[in-house]
Amino acid sequence: MKAVVQILGRRVIEWIASLGQMTVFAGRIVRALMAPPTRGPLIRSALFDSGVLSLALICASGLTVGFVLGLQLYNTLSRFGAEESLGTAVGLSLIRELGPVLTGLLVAGRAGSATTAEIGSMKATEQLDGLRMMAIDPIHFVVMPRAVALTLVMPLLSTVFVLCGIAGAYLIGVELLGLDSGSYLASLENSIRFQEDVLQSLVKSLVFGLLLAWIATWRGFSCAPHAAGVSRATTSTVVTASVCILLADYVLTALWAV
Amino acid sequence: MAGAAGQSDHVVFNQVGLAFGHRPVFRDLNLTFPRQKISVVMGESGSGKSTLLRMIGGLQRPDSGEVAVAGESLAGLDEMGLGQVRRRLGMLFQNGALLDSMTVFENIALPLREHTDKSEAEIRQVVHERLGDVGLRDVDDLLPGELSGGMLRRAAFARSIVMAPEILLCDEPFSGLDPPNVSRIEALIVQLNQRLGLTVIVSSHHMASSLRMADQLCLMRQGAAISGTPEGLASSHDSTIADFIGEDGISHLARLQERPPQGGAS
Ligand SMILES: Nc1ncnc2c1ncn2[C@@H]1O[C@H](COP(=O)(O)OP(=O)(O)OP(=O)(O)O)[C@@H](O)[C@H]1O
Ligand SMILES: [Mg+2]
Repeated sequence: MKAVVQILGRRVIEWIASLGQMTVFAGRIVRALMAPPTRGPLIRSALFDSGVLSLALICASGLTVGFVLGLQLYNTLSRFGAEESLGTAVGLSLIRELGPVLTGLLVAGRAGSATTAEIGSMKATEQLDGLRMMAIDPIHFVVMPRAVALTLVMPLLSTVFVLCGIAGAYLIGVELLGLDSGSYLASLENSIRFQEDVLQSLVKSLVFGLLLAWIATWRGFSCAPHAAGVSRATTSTVVTASVCILLADYVLTALWAV
Repeated sequence: MAGAAGQSDHVVFNQVGLAFGHRPVFRDLNLTFPRQKISVVMGESGSGKSTLLRMIGGLQRPDSGEVAVAGESLAGLDEMGLGQVRRRLGMLFQNGALLDSMTVFENIALPLREHTDKSEAEIRQVVHERLGDVGLRDVDDLLPGELSGGMLRRAAFARSIVMAPEILLCDEPFSGLDPPNVSRIEALIVQLNQRLGLTVIVSSHHMASSLRMADQLCLMRQGAAISGTPEGLASSHDSTIADFIGEDGISHLARLQERPPQGGAS
């Protein structure tokens, strides 16, 4: 029993210590963001890696989720004879929840893990130390551009996901199940409010982006400098970021309602 | 404490202790590297040669004691302060450490782009001169992953000297090179030392080259170092030293002493 408490205690202390290190790390990224030069080309190439290369995945997933929503919600709504509200149901669930959350999870698996693996393997092969020896701060040169890219990319990809989802549900509802196109679009248009729905969606995905950027770069930067360490860090990024995104989603949803 | 070191010592290790977990690497290591001389650090694999060079660059901090570079102790410096010291250092890592997402040209141009305001044409010229020095041609647009091991080491060597450092740290510059390129790199190191007055600290297993170019030889053993001129060490009666340098080394030294120094390097 005592041993269990000891182990638990040590774990908690370690966890708090690593949280402290992560905070310092975040501070260094923010400071790097202000320090010249701006690293435009590096940010642009990181945006391409995290954003453009995730686009196909996001579009395909969005469309598929749209298909499923179209079928499921149509069937559910038709029990109440309310098929015309398909647009409302699809739009609200995508914009407020599914868009930001599913995009967050997908980007964590696709771009977050890649970011951790890249930074981690640069550490393992002494590339980060090589930069230090050239008096170039690896946080400024390697970490900051990737963190910025992951953060910015999230709301953009989430928007793409939502649009694809709405299109997918349209194909199912209107083209396949014969709902009137006008009533689908009208119910979509009439029910969505900017402040409550769209803004909430964007804020959520921005927060998810920040969380993912923070976790993914930290895990890479602090990993054990060998292949096994890099693979452990990569897995840990996906797991930690996914859990954090789901938790943050609840917190944000609850706060928005207040 | 570092103040006690004379002007003639460029890098000073003062009572340095370091352990990884429970395994000590250095115990009260005292070692000095004279200014504008070539020092060769030898020792068996795992004796701490790479770690020694990393400590000079401030990449590894000692558990006890202090390391001073050009009279300045590294102990009190943060990353910013270390950056100032590192601008005077060039380092060749054991595995090259080139950025694998950038071409060879961009890798070598990187420190110039970061720390100087040279024009594109000037950068191009300097990079090509350094690549020529290490005998590489037509590799500008290749990625480090597309080079052979020996080419990679030479490209990394070019990067370590591109900023004309005061102190050059080379971790095993000869490993994986063919004999002509060993001679080329050896001649280059000697030339940098003689023409530009660089302080050079090399770790190497390559006995012939090491003995030829060393002004000072340091043998790492059990966490401490024995240093002296190659001749002095070879003629000492300590059996472990003779063991390490070996019959070959001693006869090689004898041959060297008959010839004028560095006659062969061109
Ligand atoms: N990051 C590290 N973590 C734990 N132990 C380390 C670390 N770096 C080095 N060591 C240990 O320190 C000792 C010295 O390592 P170092 O790499 O300096 O040896 P070396 O003399 O350069 O060897 P080689 O000739 O093989 O390159 C070794 O025993 C090694 O196991
Ligand atoms: Mg080594």
